[in-house]
Amino acid sequence: MQNLYLLVPVAPLIGAVAAGLFGRQLGRTWSHRITIAMVAVSFFASVAIFRDVVFGGHAFNGAVYKWLTSGETSFEIGFLIDRLSAMMMLVVTFVSLMVHIYTIGYMEEDTGYQRFFSYISLFTFSMLMLVMSNNFMQLFFGWEAVGLVSYLLIGFWYTRPTAIYANLKAFLVNRVGDFGFLLGIGLILMVFGTADYAAVFAIAPNHANDLAPIPGVSWNMMSAICILLFIGAMGKSAQFPLHVWLPDSMEGPTPISALIHAATMVTAGIFMVARMSPLFEMSDTALSLIMIVGAITALFMGLLGIIQNDIKRVIAYSTLSQLGYMTVALGASAYSVALFHLMTHAFFKALLFLAAGSVIIGMHHDQDIRNMGGVRKYMPITHWTFLIGSLALIGFPFLSGFYSKTSILEAVEASHLFGSGFAYVALLLGVFVTAFYSFRLYFLVFHGEERFGASQHDHQGDHADEEVSSDHHHGLAPGEKPHETPWVVWLPLVLLAVPSMIIGYIAVEPLVFGNFFRDAVYINSEHYHALKHMLDEFHGPGAMALEDLESLAFWLAMGGVASSWFLYMKRRDIPQKLSQKFGFIYTVLDNKYYFDRFNDWFFAGGARGASRFLWKFGDVKLIDGLMVNGTARLVGLFSGVLRRFQTGYIYHYAFSMIIGVFVLLTIRNWFE
Amino acid sequence: MSFLSTLLPAYAEIFLLVMVSVILIVDLFVVNQNKTLTYVLVQLTLLGCSLITVSTHQPGVAHLFNNMYVDDLMSDVLKLFCYLALSMMLVYSRNYLMVRGLFTGEFMVLALFSLLGMMVMISASHFLTLYLGLELMSLALYAMVALQRDSAIATEAAMKYFILGALASGLLLYGMSMLYGATGSLEVAAVSNAITHGVPNKELLVFGLVFVVAGLAFKLGVVPFHMWVPDVYHGAPTAMTMLIGTAPKLAAFAFVMRILAEGLQPLVMHWSSMLEILAVLSMALGNITAIAQTNLKRMFAYSTIAHMGFLLLGVLSGGIDGYGSAMFYAVIYVLMTLGGFGMIMLLSREGFEADTLNDFKGLNQRSPWLAFMMMLLMFSMAGIPPTVGFYAKLSVLSAVVNTGHIPLAVFAVLVSLIGAFYYLRIVKLMYFDAPESHVPITLQPDSGILISFNGVAVLLLGIIPGNLMSVCAVSVQQSLLLH
Repeated sequence: MQNLYLLVPVAPLIGAVAAGLFGRQLGRTWSHRITIAMVAVSFFASVAIFRDVVFGGHAFNGAVYKWLTSGETSFEIGFLIDRLSAMMMLVVTFVSLMVHIYTIGYMEEDTGYQRFFSYISLFTFSMLMLVMSNNFMQLFFGWEAVGLVSYLLIGFWYTRPTAIYANLKAFLVNRVGDFGFLLGIGLILMVFGTADYAAVFAIAPNHANDLAPIPGVSWNMMSAICILLFIGAMGKSAQFPLHVWLPDSMEGPTPISALIHAATMVTAGIFMVARMSPLFEMSDTALSLIMIVGAITALFMGLLGIIQNDIKRVIAYSTLSQLGYMTVALGASAYSVALFHLMTHAFFKALLFLAAGSVIIGMHHDQDIRNMGGVRKYMPITHWTFLIGSLALIGFPFLSGFYSKTSILEAVEASHLFGSGFAYVALLLGVFVTAFYSFRLYFLVFHGEERFGASQHDHQGDHADEEVSSDHHHGLAPGEKPHETPWVVWLPLVLLAVPSMIIGYIAVEPLVFGNFFRDAVYINSEHYHALKHMLDEFHGPGAMALEDLESLAFWLAMGGVASSWFLYMKRRDIPQKLSQKFGFIYTVLDNKYYFDRFNDWFFAGGARGASRFLWKFGDVKLIDGLMVNGTARLVGLFSGVLRRFQTGYIYHYAFSMIIGVFVLLTIRNWFE
Repeated sequence: MSFLSTLLPAYAEIFLLVMVSVILIVDLFVVNQNKTLTYVLVQLTLLGCSLITVSTHQPGVAHLFNNMYVDDLMSDVLKLFCYLALSMMLVYSRNYLMVRGLFTGEFMVLALFSLLGMMVMISASHFLTLYLGLELMSLALYAMVALQRDSAIATEAAMKYFILGALASGLLLYGMSMLYGATGSLEVAAVSNAITHGVPNKELLVFGLVFVVAGLAFKLGVVPFHMWVPDVYHGAPTAMTMLIGTAPKLAAFAFVMRILAEGLQPLVMHWSSMLEILAVLSMALGNITAIAQTNLKRMFAYSTIAHMGFLLLGVLSGGIDGYGSAMFYAVIYVLMTLGGFGMIMLLSREGFEADTLNDFKGLNQRSPWLAFMMMLLMFSMAGIPPTVGFYAKLSVLSAVVNTGHIPLAVFAVLVSLIGAFYYLRIVKLMYFDAPESHVPITLQPDSGILISFNGVAVLLLGIIPGNLMSVCAVSVQQSLLLH
């Protein structure tokens, strides 16, 4: 079995190396054949491991390779294979496989074909290392590696200034999160003296009431560790206020948006918090913070989705909002629910992105939804799969998203932590918002009049940063009609639509209520009875869906669908009027709450100012001028003086020797 | 036991003396301007000496001539390195001297005589033997510097060397006589014994010690007894400079070991504080002044001063670590210096001395391999890993730190940092500047191979320094602890 564990991450790595280093020799076809075969190997190995773990009852926790020992601490490459990692491996490899296949169609005309395959395989490797890790060092390695690949992929079209801006932004914002994450890991190493999960979890209860070793403050240490770790999760999982990079990351090719910025990488933060549940359970403060941050993200990022006109950006904001839902569930100690939503979301969000990509292909890389409409009859498969994805997203009964989202709402309702009331309200409102923007998108793209083919696209009111990228917006020529995409594109859609529909129904009972994760996630049940409360009210998935028909959340979702239908199908003039009437709100939303503006001014500007000061004064004057050149000049001066002693006169030399003897004779007395 | 077999430990010296006499006579009959026969004989003599030294080696310590002479592992190892240094010097300088008409029988005979002096020094266990060896070596060297009679600068250098050397000898003899007065013996072991058992006049003893240290410092060339070094290095023909700068330092190291570490061990408190001052001054002055030099030979002279200061650091730390690392440092220093001066001679040609910094400009364009070798040598002198110079410095520093002289170690690192500048400047000149001359470099096959060997050895020893280091450690351990 251990070889199989090793095979899972190594196979994609081989593929990445093959396509990356020998892509030119292999050619396009062999590059994608090899990488896809390798990811398929990884997927089937994951399936076998999943079966072995879940049905065979096996688990594994051990080192594969010792990297280095520093003092008492040793850093190892090790695997922790339990139900949590088995599930994550399955999700990651499955979505990755779908995206690999889809890429054949999507990137067909791109010159960086092999490079792209190499990157996504490398990403798969990194993500697997992250989820399979059994210690913090390897977790950090995977964490940084996925960040790196994400950076590379957002800037995949590196000749486009917007892409470079976006990937730099993603990198820098993630740096803020990683800074906290690294501090958290450092604190763990310092306090517990080990980087191994199991060892840390075993010792942690002994330190429950310790104070953080930060001079001058009296913070609880576990809270400090958890909050620092969560700052890392905020960066990676794009939680408010570190969310700003995710919408811009849509500059990357669509398969990437599906794989990295929707299904897998952005959920790394959620996964990490769930993995660290024994630590987080020890800090109410941290959990409250998590819940509030998640709730803010869930509601306010959803609102932004309403006014976006770029098909991918709408889905991007929806991703932000859904990540907020997961975060809230973590805050409510409902880790299994968060992971459940993570899984369902991975399927339906990947589906939505890939379907959007299919539409984009059909539209010849025009991403503006105002230039679409009525695509339904030209691209039937895309249409149906997109609809399934949207219904799953808004939580329509019996579909996967329904079970996970409803569970989250119930968990939050039952929570008594500070901030849970606010979170519950925010999530409920979020349900309406989600339904509204999802179906606004759906109606605008697939129904209504056909607006494509217009020779002059109306770009007024568009975002500045989107406009710059318009060199990539080709659009359809007048009179041209979109066509359904080739099978390599729609097959993954169909394959993803299946779990998007049924996975919730199948998995809700074991995953949420059936103690699926066993020891992998830890819940202090005396303290947090949310799950227990939910368990009492659960009577099977079918009943759950039927009961929901009477709930507020369901009717809010239906209200969202109905109002978007009314506003965008029936009375298209009203949105225009509304945006004029409530110009202030529209402007705030249009500027994304001025976060980018603020960051540009405060952080970027401030950093530039500080850097300029440090450069001009600190580096040029102090370090270069005084220290480096100063010492060099001083030494040179000495050198010039000292060489004068070498007069060439032999009596000077002899004199120097005599002086030497004299000095040696006298110092003898100093030492006695 | 027959008389001859009691002489066994001195066979190498006896063989050398016989061969020098033979070569003196043979050379009279060699009409060949290139003196090929003499040269071959000399190299064979060196080879023979090495074979004898290796084959007559016995474990333990052997004394002969009434305890005036000692043969132990340290003396054998140092002698072997002396043969090697001399042999390499001859290979490097053959062509250089030939085009200058200096490759004569006298040169080779004098070189061998100086070697004999070094061997006597290395194996001396009596102040008189030590002095005898020292003078034999020095006189031969004075004469060699003056060999280029028509060069004013060489003659001046020889003059200075001779006069200052005489002064140093005087100081040394004066110190020795005072030691004799205080202890009543000139034998190293007996002196040590007498001091341990207490001498009536300690003042006299320490007074003598100061003069002995001064004489020693002159031979090593440490501040303030260094003044002769730059002038002699610069003035002498490069081949002679190479000889002065290499093997005699090994002999001087043996001198330090025999007198200070063995004979005057009970006075360690006194002499180690003296060496401390000498070492600090040498490292500072050597490294700082070297920066201002434009002549490579002068620069190497100051670099030697700094290196000798470093070597003293190892000696004053004491113990197997300290002495062992000092010996390692001495051997490595010799290896690097051979390469450095060898490079100057390789680039020189008839009527042209490649001894200024400008001559090394753009060497990489003219000969990438030579530039690479020079880079390795410079890295090693500066103490940059993975070359052996780094390891040598490291082992000395760790000995210093282990004995608790932290400020001394910090100081040594700082001045080495300053020193790195002028070594790296050469690398910069070779690789980043345009060459000033485009005369093609003609390499003799023997010296070309040797410089490659030299450069690669500097690198390889840096990667696997363990064997040489343990040889040095075992040598000093045997010669010190078995007394």
